[in-house]
Parts: sequence; structure tokens; C-alpha cells
Amino acid sequence: MSELIPEAGDVLDVIQGTEQPATGARLSNRRMHHVLRRPRVLIPSLLVLLICLIAIAPALFAGWFGHGDPHECTLGNSGKPPQSGHPFGFDIQGCDLYANVVYGTRTSMLIALVGTSAALVVTLVLGSLAGYFRGAVDSVISRTMDIFFGFPSLIAMIILLNTIAVRSALTVSLVLALFVWAPLTRIFRASVLAVSNLEYVTAAKEIGASTPRILFKHVVPNAVGPLAAILTLTMAGIITAEAALTFLGVGLKAPTISWGVQLNTAQRYFTTNLNLLIFPSLFLSVTVLAFVMLGDALRDFLDPKAER
Amino acid sequence: MYGWYILRRIAGMVPVLLGTTFLIFLAVYALPGDPVQAIAGPGQPIPPATAEIIRAQYHLDDPLIVQYLQYMKRLLTGDFGTDLNGQSVGAVISASWPVTLKLALTAWVAAGVIGVALGTFSGIRSGGVIDNGTLVLTTIMLGVPYFVIAYVAKVVFAVKWKVLPPSGVAEGWPLSYILPGAVLAIFLIPEIARLTRASVMDNLRSDFVDTAVAKGLDRRTVVGRHVLRASLLPVVSSLGLSLGYMLSGAVLIEGIFNLPGLGYAMFRGINQHSGPTVVGIGTLMIMLFLLISLAVDVLYGVLDPRIRLV
Repeated sequence: MSELIPEAGDVLDVIQGTEQPATGARLSNRRMHHVLRRPRVLIPSLLVLLICLIAIAPALFAGWFGHGDPHECTLGNSGKPPQSGHPFGFDIQGCDLYANVVYGTRTSMLIALVGTSAALVVTLVLGSLAGYFRGAVDSVISRTMDIFFGFPSLIAMIILLNTIAVRSALTVSLVLALFVWAPLTRIFRASVLAVSNLEYVTAAKEIGASTPRILFKHVVPNAVGPLAAILTLTMAGIITAEAALTFLGVGLKAPTISWGVQLNTAQRYFTTNLNLLIFPSLFLSVTVLAFVMLGDALRDFLDPKAER
Repeated sequence: MYGWYILRRIAGMVPVLLGTTFLIFLAVYALPGDPVQAIAGPGQPIPPATAEIIRAQYHLDDPLIVQYLQYMKRLLTGDFGTDLNGQSVGAVISASWPVTLKLALTAWVAAGVIGVALGTFSGIRSGGVIDNGTLVLTTIMLGVPYFVIAYVAKVVFAVKWKVLPPSGVAEGWPLSYILPGAVLAIFLIPEIARLTRASVMDNLRSDFVDTAVAKGLDRRTVVGRHVLRASLLPVVSSLGLSLGYMLSGAVLIEGIFNLPGLGYAMFRGINQHSGPTVVGIGTLMIMLFLLISLAVDVLYGVLDPRIRLV
């Protein structure tokens, strides 16, 4: 379970018996279990777990109705409605839609994971630099953040992706990461700032601990807590954005199996083949909804100020 | 005092404006790869004569900084480039902005009214039926991507029931704008509702509310006069920024509903691989977004004098 919210899990191990930071990052084991057992956290957690499982091993799920190969296509079946063994029907190429939608989970999750991880690395580095050292470093980083807050991100992503001729899952993830690091870094910087002022950090400085040691042992582990909820919401945001960009035609391209690609094709046939639109939409919506619900619940329960 | 505040805000906007335009410039003109290809759009075949014209027009043989200054000069004089058919992007923009403005205002007003109403009622009776209903509703709105909602709405209302036009603006305002406006409003309602709710709950706990209640004012007056007035401050700033975010929503919504606005022009630019259209309209949208944020900051200073001191 703790792999879903690694930050909170790590915080747990490190902060036992330390001074309580002002950021609300501290969680006792008991409170953690208490939070996880709430239905508002538990239900979306299980859903997210299931989605991860589908993404890791789509073959396990795609074969349920006997036609698990998304590349096994017969043009004669193009656009046929659902029938026995093919619960979602066929796409325009005559491939089994169910298998394709199941395999689409992997692409979305991969992009969400790579994009969020890249943004997280940037956030951890820049946020600790800005929050701990302040001064000129902070000014430069904060002004750069301001610039990224100045973009309506979807527009900026469209402009950027439109100039890249060959787009892979990796390039799309990195472009997405480029526009999500700023809000994450703003939160983490504030959190580092608060933690750096606590007495145990001062104490560590006084006894002569080295700066890297203070940062890695005392500041960063205690400051990452507030990121847990927003990271989950970022995953949801990236999944939506990738689908939207691909749908618009600036994301992934056809041989890649992705919900966005499926929806992009479906928009041309939606008056005649509604199933092409409905099933990828359904999977996409449930996935994003699961992450949004989890993020919302985590924020409410982990942040004492937003107690619902 | 207030003049200084406005000046400070404008001064703060300059580096952001320079930064955003420089990033766009870098992405399009200076990234490794062939800038002529990037300007024309990926996959666009370019005859040598056209490439020559593009090189000259965008000063591609000059040093980077000269190119950037030329680019800024074109932007500030309202020249957003020319697409490959020789049509100026500026002409496309001036033909299509009224549609986007109508769509954005329709959605904005709807989202503001519904969002504030839902948020207020949830806030004054937190934990109640309306509150929980709003939580479920806003979660669904946040979770289901709005271009999915757009297609579902189009299929249900326009294709199956045929009560509203499925696309275009032939029926004029309001009929042609109801569906796309509603979908775009859904994009904004969750944030406005949640922000209003949190703000109302915060203010309900404050001392001035205790005072008002102690004076013997009835609940309606306390909520209407005292709580709401104070609670709407953060909402105003969020509403202002939403107007900017609607520009990006418009690309999808206008594309899906074939509304011939700015977003639709960009949507078509993407599909026809017309680089200048995408970059020109995108840049305009980003500049509009910055102007709106500036206006919101200035307005916020009027509404809440405390902020001018910060």
C-alpha cells in the first residue's frame, strides 16, 4: 500500500521521534493506518492498484474474452458492433476494441509515471535549493517558476509539441513534465522553507553537520509530505493532458496503442460507431477519476488545515 | 499608493512576458533541428523557394538575439505571421475572436454563478446533503476529461435528442453556444465551487461573524452581507484566471463543436500542419492570459487594500 504514496511512507520511517514540522508532514503509524482505512482513501487506492496491475500486465486482462491480441485484426470486421468474444466490438482497422483499450492503459500510465517522476526530480532539486539556500538562488528559481505560471499550459504544450516532428511516449512525457514542475516546486519550496526554520535543523547546524547531510537527512524527508496529494493529482492531470493532446493531433501517433489515439480516430466516426468513442472514454475517465479521488482524499486527510 | 501597486505589478509582468515569449521563440526557432521545418510545421513539404522566403522573413541567418528582437518586434506590432497559403494569421485572428469571446463569456458567467452558488451552500452547511452532493459532482467534473463530456453532450443533446445544434454557429447566440458553453463551464465549476466553499467556511469561523451574530442579525444577513462579501475575494482572482484558462479549453471545445473561433483556427492549424497558425494563435493566447492575470491583480488591489502593502 505504501508504494502508492511513497513520500508519506518514507516520511514515516524518518520522522519517528523527531520534532513536528509545521507543514503537517508528520504522521504516526497509527494515523497512517487510520487514513488508509477510510473508504474515501481505500476505494480509489484499490482502483489505482488495479489500474497499475492492468498497465503492468495487460495480457492478463486483455484475454478474458478469448481475443487478447490487440494487433490481431481483420479488416472485414471494421467498425462492427459488440458481439460474443468481442464485448466492445471492433475498431476501424478491424481489431478487437477491448484488447486495444486494455493495452491503452499501459501507455497512459507509462507517460504519467515518467512525466511525474521527471517533474518530481526537478522539484526536489530546485525546491530544496530555493527553500534552503534562499537568496539569489531562490530568486532565480522563483522567477523561472513565475514564467511557467504565465503559460496556459495546454497552449504551450501544443506549440512545443507541434514543432517536434517525431513524437514518442518519452518526448510527450518530458514536454508534459516541463509544464507541471512549477506548481510542485512552489509547494515543495514553501515546505522546505518551513522545515528549515525548525529547531532540529538549527540544532544539526550547530553540531556541525554538513549541508548535504542536513538537506538529505533532516530537511527533504520532512518536507516531502505535502507533495503526496499533489503528485497524485499531477498523475491525473498528465493522463488527461496526454489524451487531450493526442486527441488534438499533437501527441502520440497511430501505431502506438493509446486512449488518445483511439479517441482521435473515433471523432471521425462518432455518428456511426459510438462504441469507438465510449469505451476508451470510459477507461480514461475511470482512471483519471481514481487518481483525482485519491489525491483529493489524501489532501483532506493529510493536511490538517483542510479537514473536511 | 495604489499607483505604485499597479506599477509594481506591471514591472513584475515584464520579465514573465519576456520569459514566455523567449521560450516560445526558442522552441520554434532555435531548437536543434531545421527551423524552417519547425516554422512550416512538422511533415510539411517545403519547396526550396518557400524555404528561402521563410529564411529571409524570419531572419534565420542572423544571430539568435537579433532573431529574437525581430520576433518581438513582429509580435508587438501585431504581426502574428503568415500561414503557408499566404493568409496572414492576424486576419484569421480578427475574423474569429468574436466567437471565442462570446463562448468564453457565456461559459464564464454560467460557471461563476453556479460555482459560487454551489460553494456557498456547501460552505454554510458543510457535511450536509448539498455539500456532499457538490463534492461528488465536482469530483466527477474534475475526473472525467471535459473533451469526453463534450462528445457525450454532443451525442446526447444534438445527435440523439436533436434539441440543440451539434456544430457551427448558424443558429447564433444563445442556441449555438449553449452546449459548448455548458461543457466549458463544467471545466471551471469545480475550482470555483471548492474555493468558495473553503473561503465561506473560513470566514464563518471568524470573529466578525461572531460579532454580527451577537448583534442579533439574522442568518441571512450574516451570510449575505458579511460572510459572502469577504469570501468572494479569493474567488474573484480565481475567476479572473479562469477566463485565461478558458482559452486553452476553447481549443478542444471549439474543435469538437466546430465553432469558428480562435481555438477552432488553432485546432485546424494542428490538423493541417500549419506551423505559423498554431504558433501565432498560441502566442496571442498566452499574451491574453498574461494581460488577464495583470488585470486580475490590479482589480484585486482595488477590492482588498491589504494586498497593496505586500
